[in-house]
Amino acid sequence: MSAWLTRHIPKIAVAPSLAAVLFFVYGFIAWTGYVSLTRSRILPRYQLEGLDQYAKLFRTPRWDVAMENLLVFGVLFIAVSVALGLLLAILLDQRIRAEGAIRTVYLYPMALSFIVTGTAWKWILNPGLGIEAVVRSWGWEDFRFGWLVDPELAIYTVVIAGVWQASGFVMALFLAGLRSVDQEIIKAAMVDGVSLPRIYASIIIPSLSPVFLSAIIVLAHLAIKSFDLVIALTGGGPGYATDLPATYMYAMAFSRGDLGQAAASATVMLMTVAAIIIPYLYSQLRQSHD
Amino acid sequence: MAEPDQSVLAIEKLSKSFQNTAVLTNIDLAIAEGSFLVLVGPSGCGKSTLLNCIAGLEEPSSGRILIGGRDMTGVPPKDRDIAMVFQSYALYPRMSVAKNITFGMQVRGATRAEQKSALERVSGMLKIDHLLERRPAQLSGGQRQRVAMGRALVREPRLFLFDEPLSNLDAKLRVEMRAEIKRLHQRLGASIVYVTHDQTEAMSLATEVAVMEGGIIVQRGPPQEVYDYPVNTFVAGFIGSPAMNFIEGHIRKDGGAVRIEIPFDGKTMAVPAEHYPFVGSTEDGTKVILGIRPEYVTGRDRASGDEEVSLELVPTLVETNGFDQHVNLAFGPAEISGRFSPREQIEIGTPLPTRIDLSQMSVFDRKTGMRL
Ligand SMILES: Nc1ncnc2c1ncn2[C@@H]1O[C@H](COP(=O)(O)OP(=O)(O)OP(=O)(O)O)[C@@H](O)[C@H]1O
Ligand SMILES: [Mg+2]
Repeated sequence: MSAWLTRHIPKIAVAPSLAAVLFFVYGFIAWTGYVSLTRSRILPRYQLEGLDQYAKLFRTPRWDVAMENLLVFGVLFIAVSVALGLLLAILLDQRIRAEGAIRTVYLYPMALSFIVTGTAWKWILNPGLGIEAVVRSWGWEDFRFGWLVDPELAIYTVVIAGVWQASGFVMALFLAGLRSVDQEIIKAAMVDGVSLPRIYASIIIPSLSPVFLSAIIVLAHLAIKSFDLVIALTGGGPGYATDLPATYMYAMAFSRGDLGQAAASATVMLMTVAAIIIPYLYSQLRQSHD
Repeated sequence: MAEPDQSVLAIEKLSKSFQNTAVLTNIDLAIAEGSFLVLVGPSGCGKSTLLNCIAGLEEPSSGRILIGGRDMTGVPPKDRDIAMVFQSYALYPRMSVAKNITFGMQVRGATRAEQKSALERVSGMLKIDHLLERRPAQLSGGQRQRVAMGRALVREPRLFLFDEPLSNLDAKLRVEMRAEIKRLHQRLGASIVYVTHDQTEAMSLATEVAVMEGGIIVQRGPPQEVYDYPVNTFVAGFIGSPAMNFIEGHIRKDGGAVRIEIPFDGKTMAVPAEHYPFVGSTEDGTKVILGIRPEYVTGRDRASGDEEVSLELVPTLVETNGFDQHVNLAFGPAEISGRFSPREQIEIGTPLPTRIDLSQMSVFDRKTGMRL
């Protein structure tokens, strides 16, 4: 009996959480997938209707805007965060004083939730309260900085807030990578007569490619789930100019009463994320096997 | 070419400290064109720091360094006419072997044709022609080592600096590469400063050895001289393997005769020291340490000089390596080690007739550790 217990206690202990994960994550994924094939409105209906919801989704201009925004936001957010994070890391790598304090300051935004970031930047970028108001109060009466309320430019404010939050984290990743570069390689390059910028460009940065991959994966998944940032910063507005797929889905499910549409958009998002994550996981798992 | 009295490298009163810890103190060193100087010493004694100062990778706290007669203060590494090989090989990880070797030339503005001919010359010399397209990660340790040397060789520098280049290799490869480095030196006539903590490596490579301890050069000279006449007990114990035997005793002056008396087995053993080249004068009763290398402690069949004592000593440990038997022998409360012929029948616990040749002994002051 006791032998049986010792053998099975670990399994018994893990079982409830495993069951919960199976039910709440994979169960609801399956449920969402099912609902996306029905004509559910406010309440779910379980009559299968085929791919109508997907056809409708891809015909909706608002979904196109959301996907386009995701593309603009994702590409800019990842590119700028990586570039800025790398630059900060290289500057910090020069063994300056107070490095620990500076690193903490840069890392701190990552500890905030997107809601806080979004709210703070909403105030900073608000023409009546933030930068525009301040600069005007200094005497430049014509100064305008109204990106937040401009349907064409509002998505870029989301990029600014996102970059502000994430680039410190990217910096920490790169700094760890830079610190793990063999110091003797740098010495060898100096004896070889390679200038410091060239050492970074030709020798160190190319050796950081695994860090680039990790940073891009982390940022990509942040970009896809940056629902709360948009909600707090622009609420998806003006109009639906800054809608992302996630806010689209939320709007469909909870304010438009169109569960079928919401489920279809959620399924498309899941596929998008899977298309990025699965090859990555696959390559990681393969590496750890050999 | 350098004038006869001009050395390739001259170090004058060099000191280096990090924050408040002194790592190098008052180093003076000069090496002549074509010599192979090996800096040897235990881990942490400042060898790498000294080499980095020569290379210009560290700024000395005081003193100066001249390379080819030119003061190097403030001169960056690339303008010092040196090349350096590192312990971790320090190859550029994302570049091919060929690129690793020629990258420095390219940066310094050499033409493609120059790079190509230099690459051919060096890769032929080091037998790495077939590896040129590979990345460092695809090479074995020995191959990486060759590439690192190739990168240094293409520079054709005035002075080569090696920082423990063989310590990441396995024993067999280490011996092979050691011979190869020695051949390269003989062939190119290059001037080399080589750092190692392995005294065997130092002895076999060097034309000159500098033994370091705690940031100071304790002794410097040709390897045989350092081996035969160590200046203190540290050098005596550090150079040579198995290590030198140390036996305690004291000096007895008796009219003109000088003896060293060693308490042994409740009696006193007297070792004549008339022919010993004392550095200065000695006092009667000075407490000393007698240093005798294991190869001078042998069996009956190995004839040696006339200055010798015969004893019966009890073996406590025997190690065979094929060409020698290395035997530990009880000597009073201590032990000494000796080398015996492989044909000799040796049994643990059975007294063994032993001869100790005293013509090559060293005598050190027990208080200061310095050679007398
Ligand atoms: N940048 C540094 N800051 C402070 N102390 C240092 C620094 N570099 C070296 N040291 C100290 O200087 C001493 C000598 O170091 P060094 O690297 O020259 O030793 P080494 O003789 O090359 O040893 P090893 O054989 O282990 O390579 C060590 O005690 C080390 O702790
Ligand atoms: Mg070292």
